[in-house]
Amino acid sequence: MTGNDEALALQTEGISKHFGAVRAVDELSLSIPRQGTTSIVGPNGSGKSTLVNLLSGVLPLDGGMVIIDGVGLRVVHAHETPDHGLTRTFQEVRLFDQITVWDNIMVVLTDRRLFSSLFERIRPANRRKAQEILESVGMWEKRDSLAMELSYGQRKLLEIGRAMAMDVQTYLFDEPFAGLFPQMLERVKDIMKQMRADGYTIVFVSHNMDIVRELSDRIIVLDSGTLLAAGDVEPVLGSAEVIEAYLGA
Amino acid sequence: MPVNLDGIRTFARLAQNPAELARHARGNIELWANLFVIGWAIAFMLWQGAGFAVIVLTVFAIWAILAVSLNLVVGFTGLLSVGHIGFFGLGAYTMAILTSDPAYEQLRTEAIPTFGWTFFAALPVCIGLAGLAALLVGVVFNRFRDDIFVLVSFGFAIIAFNVFLNLRSVTRGAFGIHEIARPQIGNWVFDGEVEFLLLGLAFLALVMLISWFITTSSFGRVLTAIREDEQAIEVFGYRATHFKLAVWVISAMMTSLAGGLFASWTSFIDPNSFILLESVLLVSIVILGGLATIWGSLLGAMAFVLLEEGMRFIPYLPTEYIGQARQVILGILLVLLMLFRPQGLVGRYRL
Repeated sequence: MTGNDEALALQTEGISKHFGAVRAVDELSLSIPRQGTTSIVGPNGSGKSTLVNLLSGVLPLDGGMVIIDGVGLRVVHAHETPDHGLTRTFQEVRLFDQITVWDNIMVVLTDRRLFSSLFERIRPANRRKAQEILESVGMWEKRDSLAMELSYGQRKLLEIGRAMAMDVQTYLFDEPFAGLFPQMLERVKDIMKQMRADGYTIVFVSHNMDIVRELSDRIIVLDSGTLLAAGDVEPVLGSAEVIEAYLGA
Repeated sequence: MPVNLDGIRTFARLAQNPAELARHARGNIELWANLFVIGWAIAFMLWQGAGFAVIVLTVFAIWAILAVSLNLVVGFTGLLSVGHIGFFGLGAYTMAILTSDPAYEQLRTEAIPTFGWTFFAALPVCIGLAGLAALLVGVVFNRFRDDIFVLVSFGFAIIAFNVFLNLRSVTRGAFGIHEIARPQIGNWVFDGEVEFLLLGLAFLALVMLISWFITTSSFGRVLTAIREDEQAIEVFGYRATHFKLAVWVISAMMTSLAGGLFASWTSFIDPNSFILLESVLLVSIVILGGLATIWGSLLGAMAFVLLEEGMRFIPYLPTEYIGQARQVILGILLVLLMLFRPQGLVGRYRL
């Protein structure tokens, strides 16, 4: 096992996920270094979202091992991923729709234990933290709205804010830029740049090659659930096999 | 609930200025629903006199305890349980068996175990047994959600009813159990209707307090998140199944408390009080009043009781049709509600 490499935030060893006959992720081994921004790209159906779902325990592994922060896991339990220093956003925004924006943030700040959460009211430290997060994603004025009442862009931002509130080392953003207006897009880019500067590990899935070039320190290209290429951005995007995968042979 | 306090404050402010009140009230269905149900209740009780009011309020207290407890599961956590009548029946039967008088029971042909306990000794057992049963059932139920959960809880209600009906060596089946004890503290027996009403309202207050405490805590916020997206809240480090199980057990225990109270109040129970239909009516009350609001459950329970009792006074309606007419009217009411106000009388959330 090579899992104790301090410089790696995330690693997979031969992980697989099959849906019937479709091999969404097939014997995939890759590693993502600590700190900096790593983007995951690939054609539609190349297994990007499945990979994120496997890493965050939303889908069970069919085989292989995920190594998060040096801990090897053959079964990833979603509720344990924050303990390993990992959190995520979803491709199709998944907020808690019929509760307020404020509660959407507050709910990830509170006590995880069953019994003590029953006796916990809003703590001043959590209140400050929630306000800070909501202000940083520009959602403070909207705090009493239900999440379902927000616009699409605001929902994307709130979801990123909710992930930030987790305050972990590694963030998986699944398509954080999809469908955003330019203004919102800049805002998300700024947030991610700030997080990168603060020393967090950011992994994001995107189709937008301009943003991938602008933000990534490193890139992973998937095709049909396997690793096509990985490494520095320009050499990888310039390689013949990547261009072929994108343009179609 | 803080929202309701705001409502009351707003109302107090508006009451001093009739013109603004009128403007504010137009289109404010929530306010009208409150005024209508409360006004109807007061008018009805004044019209029928004190004796009747006491009975109406006692029935209301029992239904309200049921509705508030069920709302924890249905409204806050999003688990549409139509099986709660099973816990209600469990509480009622436990109370009946533990408190029924051995001297009286010996006269009956079919013997069942008798204990001759007092109400207050039996009540913790009712609650504890329901908690245990809910824990066992809940471990299995936790695997299901949404429509499958409804079906499974439906099955539970059916099984519970059949146990009450067929476990004759314990429940005496369709003959039911008589002479269930009234609550008693020392030599003071709650045999008057007013005394029992006060006891019922005290228990209702307790259940409301517990519900309020749960739903305003971090625990309560997690429940609402589970209702919205169970998988997402897991990703943020919560074990949704544990939270669901905990609230399920708490809700079942409070439901069982209402059962014990009911058995003691009527002093006679048989399986017919615990049919699936009653469970459906209970869910209707919760939805009618509004999901995830304690006040809404009270309002729903009151509207339901008024509907039921008020039906007795419809001219030319023979008494034997009251039960059926109640269901028809409630059914129509629910359809209208789902069409025009799916969030219930005072609720904010939808199923």
